[in-house]
Amino acid sequence: MNAWVQAIINVFINPVFYRSTLNQSTPLIFAALGGVYSETTGVVNIALEGIMLIAAFGGVVGSYFTGNPWYGLALALLLGISMAALHAWASIRYAGDQIISGTAIILLAQGITGFSLVELFGKPGSTDLVRSIPLVNLGGFEEVPFFGKMVGSLSPLVYVAFASVVFSWYLIYKTKLGLRMRSVGNNPEAADTLGVNVYNIRYFGVLMSGVFAALGGAFLSIGELGQFTENMSNGRGFIALAAMIIGNWSPTGAMWAAILFGAASAFNDQLQSQGVLHLATNTQYLFGMIPYILTLIVVSGFVGKSRAPTADGIPYIKD
Amino acid sequence: MDNKNKKDYSQYAVVMEQIVKKFPGVLANDHVDLFVKRGEIHAIVGENGAGKTTLMSQLYGLINPNSGKIYINGVETRIKNPNDAIAAKIGMVHQHFMLVDRLSVVENVVLGMEPSHGPFFAIDVARKQIRELSEKFGLYVDPDAIIEDLPVGAQQRVEIIKVLYRGAEILILDEPTAVLTPQETDELFDVLRSLKAQGKTIILITHKLHEVMAVTDSVTVMRLGKVTGVVKTKDTNPKELARMMVGRDVLLRVEKDKAKVGDKILEIEKLEVNENRGLRAVNGVSFSVHKGEIVGIAGVAGNGQSELVEAITGLRKVESGKVIFKDVDITNFSPKKHREMGMGHIPEDRLKRGLVTAFPIYYNFILGKHDDPKFCDGSFLKIQDIKKFSEELVKEFDVRPPLINILGANLSGGNQQKVIIAREIAFEPDFLVVSQPTRGLDIGAIEFIHKTIISMRDKGIGVLLISMELEEIFSLSDRILVMYEGKIMGEVRPEETSTEEVGMMMTGHRLEDLRSQETQEV
Repeated sequence: MNAWVQAIINVFINPVFYRSTLNQSTPLIFAALGGVYSETTGVVNIALEGIMLIAAFGGVVGSYFTGNPWYGLALALLLGISMAALHAWASIRYAGDQIISGTAIILLAQGITGFSLVELFGKPGSTDLVRSIPLVNLGGFEEVPFFGKMVGSLSPLVYVAFASVVFSWYLIYKTKLGLRMRSVGNNPEAADTLGVNVYNIRYFGVLMSGVFAALGGAFLSIGELGQFTENMSNGRGFIALAAMIIGNWSPTGAMWAAILFGAASAFNDQLQSQGVLHLATNTQYLFGMIPYILTLIVVSGFVGKSRAPTADGIPYIKD
Repeated sequence: MDNKNKKDYSQYAVVMEQIVKKFPGVLANDHVDLFVKRGEIHAIVGENGAGKTTLMSQLYGLINPNSGKIYINGVETRIKNPNDAIAAKIGMVHQHFMLVDRLSVVENVVLGMEPSHGPFFAIDVARKQIRELSEKFGLYVDPDAIIEDLPVGAQQRVEIIKVLYRGAEILILDEPTAVLTPQETDELFDVLRSLKAQGKTIILITHKLHEVMAVTDSVTVMRLGKVTGVVKTKDTNPKELARMMVGRDVLLRVEKDKAKVGDKILEIEKLEVNENRGLRAVNGVSFSVHKGEIVGIAGVAGNGQSELVEAITGLRKVESGKVIFKDVDITNFSPKKHREMGMGHIPEDRLKRGLVTAFPIYYNFILGKHDDPKFCDGSFLKIQDIKKFSEELVKEFDVRPPLINILGANLSGGNQQKVIIAREIAFEPDFLVVSQPTRGLDIGAIEFIHKTIISMRDKGIGVLLISMELEEIFSLSDRILVMYEGKIMGEVRPEETSTEEVGMMMTGHRLEDLRSQETQEV
């Protein structure tokens, strides 16, 4: 028992845990923001998982062929937006079932990435190492004890994630566009009678979800590591949806929930690497459940208190 | 020739000329003409399905006519969509409010025409504009309240402000009083008069004739897609309007013989019931109902009537007191038990509790009786028997269209109500709780339902009638109880009282106080 207490204390006093929390939260924040954009306008987007996956792959491919990770990011965004456009087209233009369309996109992304991986890199499992987006070093700050190790050297996408939260909050709650997004997600008929173009606003919401989920996906592959592995998104799109729900469909709420999940995930990684525990290798699977169990607990405890936009998931058909 | 074609419509705010609108299988508007003078309140009356809303939807650009012309202030105007209508200073308050529940009053009002500072929405400017409109027209509402927290009357004021904010000079209101309490209706009429006084033109779609008489200047009557009469309000009366609406003489108040009162069937003793938030809604109510009589409960909505009905029918827990039915204490028995003992219930919300709208009506006819051996052999439903049973009911109760496969949702309100009443009566109850049976129905349907309720009484069934419509209470009841804040204010007989006296009780005056005052004054 003492060994466990010691191990947990070791995790919390190590700045690496906090840095890892930021890194683990970043893709979740991006994807959860994507969910917020889409669902605020009334389109459920479970395709986030697939968009992240294909963007992660696109990031590596772009970086591999050009040698420039920024082109990788551009390709990730392009692919992410394309996938979102597909979802938008099926669920807005053709009023299709949003869950089915989202599921199809996830499967599509798995198929495309799995196939192209072997085609382009000649082996299954993972790609070659490519150049990742350079980290931002805060000059002399790295020498500061504890905090230097925590935030001294981070991917610029981490900063972009937090900036996006602030940007999105202002956009959704303080601008005309945001008001229209919220109205379309809650009562599209009412918005329509006032001359708001329901379809355009919903397209905007879904495409923005593509942008943000793609940023999250790109961060996974070329944010630090510089490699894509099969099924790299590994359920993060769904965890992000849970974060969005727990955060009551608000950018800031979603961010806090994403940080909670990020911390759980970082905690589990760090705990496993504690030598004092003498863990068998197969226990990593048990540890890997921690964020998901946390999701279950938090979702069952919080979902009653958060409310989806009224018209969320309901196609708008003009008669 | 030229002169003959040139029409001078300049005195009219709205002229709709020879409007034709076809829907698949229906001629909804058949060469309809409408003339609305500037600054008047003009009613369009007609039964459900007469084409009133269709006509106004074309004026507001929600749908487009197959042929016909529209003139606004004497100028021919093409209105293809709501934006064109708004540009022509026309606004519409829909029957089902077009509000975003989760947004604030300000956000709802300005949506689509938001004032802004750069990219940002200028909520302070919007708030100020709304306050000004509120004060100018007596439309009081807190600009920062969230819509879903507001009562229906206030939500309607938001709708009107929304229309005025867009600069409307011509306001269309579609059945605005259908969802309002009598007080809210009076407040609405004050607002309409104030709008008229400030030069606005108002078109009021309704089928409530006393409202037409109370607030309008002229009336266009429609039936089956055609105009059947255009009159000045001061030159007409409800009887004449009803005849033009229905195409025959209509009894606005059903005739009935004296009740043949039998044994006591229901006894309520000091009943106490809570509402959803746990506050007391019914507070020590006692009364009884006998076979062969109709006991009416009058009152403003929300004074405990719904909770009382739910307690009597077993849908809500009784905190204390007793419900005695056929000499058996059935307090807190299950609703199923209530039904098995012979208690029928026509609920106030026909869509929520009366019907399964996604079911065809033959299933709706056997709701609650699905395990009756007549309709079920133990495991399987006897579909053929159910359908045969339904065919008979559809015929007997004149449900239109007479198709048993049609979904509950696709029937008109009046026909939905007929299905519910047919179901409840078909199981031969000894006692019937009837709550708001004619809410939102047109006069033809009301007449049918009233006649049916009277005929139930005459067969010896005890009826407890709950209604917000005083008209209905007076025309059906043998005894009237008035409820206010969960208590009974008094019991009167319709022939020995007046609407004024009942109205006073509805606002919290006890009958004995009223009557003792009277004797003092004499």
